Amino acid sequence: MLNQLTISELTGKLAKKESSAREAIQACLDQIQKVDGQIHAFLSYDAADALAQADAADKALASGATHSQQPLLGVPIAIKDVLAVKNHPLNCASKILGKFISPYDGTVIEKLKAAGAIVFGRLNMDEFAMGSSTENSAFGPTHNPWDIARIPGGSSGGSAAAVAADECIATLGTDTGGSIRQPAALCGCVGLKPTYGRVSRYGLVAFASSLDQIGPFTKDVRDSATLLEVMSGVDHRDSTSVPQPVPRYHSALTGDIKGLKIGLPKEYMIGGLDPQVNAAVQAAVQQLQKLGAEVVEISLPHTDYAVATYYIVATAEASANLARFDGIRYGARVDGKDPIELYSNTRGAGFGPEVKRRIILGTYVLSSGYYDAYYLRAQKVRTLIRQDFLKAFEKVDAIVTPTTPTAAFKIGEKSDDPLQMYLSDIFTISCNLAGICGLSLPCGFTTNPKLPIGLQLLGKPFGEETILKIAHAYEQSTNWHKERPLLKI
Amino acid sequence: MAGTEIDVKYVAHLARISLSPAEEQKIGAQLGNILGYIEKLKELDVSQVEPTAHAVPLINVTRPDEIRPSLPTDEALRNAPAKANGLFLVPKIVE
Repeated sequence: MLNQLTISELTGKLAKKESSAREAIQACLDQIQKVDGQIHAFLSYDAADALAQADAADKALASGATHSQQPLLGVPIAIKDVLAVKNHPLNCASKILGKFISPYDGTVIEKLKAAGAIVFGRLNMDEFAMGSSTENSAFGPTHNPWDIARIPGGSSGGSAAAVAADECIATLGTDTGGSIRQPAALCGCVGLKPTYGRVSRYGLVAFASSLDQIGPFTKDVRDSATLLEVMSGVDHRDSTSVPQPVPRYHSALTGDIKGLKIGLPKEYMIGGLDPQVNAAVQAAVQQLQKLGAEVVEISLPHTDYAVATYYIVATAEASANLARFDGIRYGARVDGKDPIELYSNTRGAGFGPEVKRRIILGTYVLSSGYYDAYYLRAQKVRTLIRQDFLKAFEKVDAIVTPTTPTAAFKIGEKSDDPLQMYLSDIFTISCNLAGICGLSLPCGFTTNPKLPIGLQLLGKPFGEETILKIAHAYEQSTNWHKERPLLKI
Repeated sequence: MAGTEIDVKYVAHLARISLSPAEEQKIGAQLGNILGYIEKLKELDVSQVEPTAHAVPLINVTRPDEIRPSLPTDEALRNAPAKANGLFLVPKIVE
């Protein structure tokens, strides 16, 4: 089944003319037909458009185009509903955008298309990427392919579930506080959050501009390297993208991690850590040692303040970024007797509960009289958190942690308690505050029920090669990434 | 956890979001809870610490000041809820 393949397996078959791009996208569309009724990873997709892109790829392959020129030629890749793809819908899983159709391609989409990818589908997410379970989608939750009574993680839950359920070859998501790594961990795939500034955000609907990054969901580490290389690079349309050369990430995948130093932060061994998650991560650490890495205990003393810092910084930025959804230039409009009432009515009707909660919290922490006590203080604590990491990276090449404190929880379990939901992001949030890179990959399963467990690797700013190298060496010495959920069809 | 009072009605007005009385009450209780948790940042002495706005400090990113293609008007208006004569239509602002 072509939809089950990795990017490297599929491009191998396409290059040898054993399969066509049309067969590959058709296999994905068939799988979506079969399983997405129970998973709900996709909000929409345009089969005719995807097939037309596949035919164009097949034509290019027939006339001699190669994967060394176009590394994604003929590879179906689905997109989180927060990235602009020209002439496709863009809703951020919110009602407020109405029937919005993107008038242009975001930079990462341009890059995927230039690399030959079949860009298709809109993947479900928490509304405006605010959430950890995909339950905040205005169009209904996504279900975890390993147990459809459970959440897939969030906010990029659709992106993770679509890869885990073999509905496509790879997907894109975004990560503001863990929204790539956490769902990747809970669905058993590889998710990478690049360093802040590594990937252009032009065409990404902004949530928290000092934290957001776009990254890939894939079935193995090699594919993650392939996609990162395509997506990365400076872009004059995103002034926060960094003019740092893009390495050949594949070259780092040598399997040799002898002598690398990996830090284990003692602050991450918290009370709420599930014993099965802890056991899987400890076993993974031993495996890394067997492979020749040196594991040392490190300290990130301000870890306990990360969630509070994040929910000030992220909501403050969101309250400013989401001011643009006012019913004037695009989206649904609810009229009022004057412009102020129009804004309030439109936003009151268009935003869901979590988005309203965060905008109001963000407005409050920025409001007159509270700015110094909340926002400015949080920005200062952010400095301390970042310094923790930079100090740690003077001693180690990477940091290893669990990605999440527990495996996937049940749909509805935390949806009435926002604070408990926020605390489930405890291991992923610091990475965004510090602006470093992070990756989650499968490192085992819980028993009864069988649910994936994720291992998180954190790297220095622009240290993606090192975490990909370590992740690849670990993955090649285990079989976790080959396991697939048993879906009822 | 210590609750913190927040005037949700006033802040929602600042944020231009109309809320039902039920929403006001629910959000008020939840935000009180969250703000109570956030209070823990006051444990730290940050008097000697500089704030971080961005993790990667790029300063004065500029581009050449030259004309280049931008989104055509009809494309920019494509998703407008109300438009006429190449413009967005809005309620009357000045009497």
